[in-house]
Order: sequence, then structure tokens, then C-alpha cells
Amino acid sequence: MVLSANDKTNVKGIFSKLGGHAEEYGAETLERMFITYPQTKTYFPHFDLHHGSAQIKAHGKKVAGALVEAANHIDDIAGALSKLSDLHAQKLRVDPVNFKLLGQCFLVVVAIHHPSLLTPENHASLDKFLCAVGNVLTAKYR
Amino acid sequence: MVHWTAEEKQLITSVWSKVNVEECGAEALARLLIVYPWTQRFFANFGNLSSPTAIIGNPKVRAHGKKVLTSFGEAVKNLENLKATYSKLSELHCEKLHVDPENFRLLGDILIIVLAAHFTKDFTPATQATWQKLVGVVAHALAYKYH
Repeated sequence: MVLSANDKTNVKGIFSKLGGHAEEYGAETLERMFITYPQTKTYFPHFDLHHGSAQIKAHGKKVAGALVEAANHIDDIAGALSKLSDLHAQKLRVDPVNFKLLGQCFLVVVAIHHPSLLTPENHASLDKFLCAVGNVLTAKYR
Repeated sequence: MVHWTAEEKQLITSVWSKVNVEECGAEALARLLIVYPWTQRFFANFGNLSSPTAIIGNPKVRAHGKKVLTSFGEAVKNLENLKATYSKLSELHCEKLHVDPENFRLLGDILIIVLAAHFTKDFTPATQATWQKLVGVVAHALAYKYH
């Protein structure tokens, strides 16, 4: 699966329109993921997972930051997220299936806040981008 | 047997009552074919699927999308009895249509996105969770008679 030039343009366009809300969307993505897929909470036994939790906000900001970084370096996502990839492989070891679940929730959040932005073409490009990010983060697992 | 709380049933029926089955079905199927193009393998006789525009405007896609989502309405009416409701359809998808059940999961995920875009803020986390559960059990019921 390769990001075409169109995909890259679409993704960069989407992230530019998300504006300053990326962090807030990161937190909402996580909250929705914990509610929709409760098994994902197993990676956060040390977190307060209640609505509005400061830890979810902070972690959502980190997750969104990584997606923005990947979009800003979309020609070399592996390079941009190399350290994060090491972290996930060596320390966090989040099962690969969970990146799809996070991706689904991020798409839902974009659909909710920017429904007209999520045209079928943009939806396809963003889905591919999120898969690419997940692949990079799990690339060094074995 | 899947258990549904009163709240979940309410979230399912209230969303469903506001869904335009024809529009939503057409959009969901079109997006499936656009976002996951390999799913086009089942629709070789649908004519022009060469671009997102072609897919969205394709009358066979629209008609089939409506058919699929109308069938989904049976799930909403038979939440306590999904395996029986989809027994024949499951056999059909296995024996005649030869559809990998993974495709049911893909379509379910796409439907969630379509609903989210339509309902926006009303698509609360609880609503999303309930509907994600519903599409999951429908997919499971459709795969149940596979052999």
C-alpha cells in the first residue's frame, strides 16, 4: 500500500483544515476508542479514563502531534516517526490490531467535526495514511 | 446470544428512525468501493467503477446500497435474534456469492463513518459504541453459516 501524490495532497489538506483542533481531536479520538473498544483500556491501567481526564487530554495531544508530524513529513513517515516506532516495538508493544481501532475513531472524529471535508476521496486517502502510520509504528516489532 | 441494554436499544432505534436508507445505503456502498477498492471484485457486472465520481453516480451501486441497508433494517427489528434473521443470507453469501466475511466488517466500519458525518455531534461516544457493536454482531451473524 503506497500513498499516491493525490493521497499526500489530500492528507496535507485535511490536516491544514483541522486547524488548531488537532489536540482536542486527539483526546476525543482516545475517549471514543476507550468507550467503543474497551479492550484498548488494558494499555492504560495507570490512567484516569473518565471523561475530561487530564491524562487523556495530554495523551491525545501526543497522539495528534504524531499524526500531524507524519502528515508534515508525509514523504518519509518512517523517518519522522522512527523514535516512536522504536518506542512501540521495545517498550509499549501495543498489539498491531489496535492501530486500526484508533484509526477508525480518528476518522469518526473528523467526520463529526468536518463532515464536508471527508469526501469519499479524502476518506480513502486519510484511511490509507492512518494505515501507513500504523504500519510504521509496528514495523520493528519483529 | 447478544445482550442489549435498554439504552443501547434506544440509541439504535432513535438513530435508525432518522436514517434515509436509500441515501445512506448508497453512500456506504460507494465509500466501501472507493476506500477499499479491492471490494470491487464482487461487482464486476456493475459497469463503470473507474473513479470515485463514477462509483458515486453508478445507479447499480445506489440500488445495491439501498438493498444492503434495507436488509440491515431487519437487524434493527430483530436485535434478539440476529443469527436466525440472517441465516439464509449467510448461506447465500458463503455458497453463492463467496464473500469473505472480512468485507462485512469493512462495510460496518464505513457505515459508522457515514452515520458520524450525518449525525455529527449527535453521534455521541455512546452512540458510536452501540452502533459499532451492532455492525459487529451483524457481521458475525452473516458469517455464522459459513463452512
